[in-house]
Amino acid sequence: MSDAQTNSATVRVGLPFHLRNLAHVEGDVQLDVSEPVTIRNVLDVLETRYPMLRGTIREYGTGQRRAFLRFFACEEDWSLESPDKPLPDAVASGKEPLLILGAIAGG
Amino acid sequence: MSGVRVLVGTHKGAFVLNSDGKRKDWTVSGPFFAGWEIYHMKGSPVDPNRIYASQTSGWFGQLIQRSDDGGKTWHQPGLPNEAIPAPGPPTALPNKFVYDSSPGTGKPLTTHQWYDGTQHPWEFKRVWHIEPSLTDAETVYAGVEDAALFRSTDGGENWQELSGLRGHGTGPKWQPGAGGMGLHTILLDPTDPKRIYIAISAAGAFRTNDGGETWKPINKGLRSQYIPDPNAEIGHCVHHVAMHRSRPDVLFMQKHWDVMRTDDAGENWREVSGNLPTDFGFAIDVHAHEPETLYVVPIKSDSEHYPLDGKLRVYRSRTGGNEWEPLAKGLPEKDCYVNVLRDAMAVDTLDDCGIYFGTTGGQVYASADAGDNWAPIVRDLPAVLSVEVQTLQ
Repeated sequence: MSDAQTNSATVRVGLPFHLRNLAHVEGDVQLDVSEPVTIRNVLDVLETRYPMLRGTIREYGTGQRRAFLRFFACEEDWSLESPDKPLPDAVASGKEPLLILGAIAGG
Repeated sequence: MSGVRVLVGTHKGAFVLNSDGKRKDWTVSGPFFAGWEIYHMKGSPVDPNRIYASQTSGWFGQLIQRSDDGGKTWHQPGLPNEAIPAPGPPTALPNKFVYDSSPGTGKPLTTHQWYDGTQHPWEFKRVWHIEPSLTDAETVYAGVEDAALFRSTDGGENWQELSGLRGHGTGPKWQPGAGGMGLHTILLDPTDPKRIYIAISAAGAFRTNDGGETWKPINKGLRSQYIPDPNAEIGHCVHHVAMHRSRPDVLFMQKHWDVMRTDDAGENWREVSGNLPTDFGFAIDVHAHEPETLYVVPIKSDSEHYPLDGKLRVYRSRTGGNEWEPLAKGLPEKDCYVNVLRDAMAVDTLDDCGIYFGTTGGQVYASADAGDNWAPIVRDLPAVLSVEVQTLQ
């Protein structure tokens, strides 16, 4: 939900199994994200609150999404969208999560 | 009461094996970091409770983990294990390995040789080897892929490249071995804190005498038939190098093919493969109390990464090489087709010296009598990537 006074929103983020373990969380992570709610802003807040995740989703140095991870919002693949594009209202309002998924590959 | 702690990195997690000085009965802890590749773990000689681990993943990149209680609990150096309130992230960046290309401290070197001979950008992939300082628990070195040497002086919270190695001049000629271009061996001279040896696949061995500022290739005498100039200054696929702490001028090397020895700190190497049934292999180590006693695990060939005839055998030389004897008692005598990787052999410092190695089949074997008799500590771990031993007093 949006907070009119601070212009922030509570966003839900779904992490893959190994990153949930790394962050010692169960279920979705809830974050207060300043508007506009973009992938970059969400990840900035996520990495601030859970610093053990820094570098696991975005590469150090380049800041690029790791090749075997993808972002989904409202059943749409946002992996190749600009990280500064506002996410759908349903994600910004916390109704739907931003999903971070690991590729099903390897062994 | 003395004891032994064996640190095992595997393809799917880390394990800690503990025993008393008899090394007969073992407890197994783990998996830690289940599902992640643990390339290497090593304890600090200064503080045995301080252990560093390289945790890596093709999906999520490189993480450094640290234990301050002998492997019972772990955390990323400088970071809590739970969420922290905003704002203000910690200053620690324990997983940040960024090559130094600044004109002031680094070198503007951006490419190395690719498999096809073209130049290729340097790309950080993972930490292959961690080497804690012999004198300071907060100082630790990391050998990484693509090959470079990093150092932390704050317990792994932040890392800086020792860029004099990557930029010393031959870097553009370095090329990956079959497993990547990793810096896999770091040997610290116990008598001279400024002297360090490192080895890279497939570039060769290098030495610094000034704490990492400047480096020199030390590959004279190596001969590799698979490169255009078999006697080239660099380009040799060194698999591992071992040193006895009492004789830091003497090094033993398992090269792609050939077991080699130097008595002058790498200035000249000579082959000591002698009567080995095959001189291809990965692991090599030296007895803790006998500087002329060394161990290798011969592997059939670079195309067939398993023991000859399905018989897993360690070979021991008590003469500093050339004369080797097979050690087979307690090891599989048939149908064994595992590999023993370069960092998967270690020795303890008890008397008798204990020898340990892990296999890609998930077995960790131990000998409490310098190799005469062997028994598995565990048989069914994931593929073993590394084995290190801490002798606890």
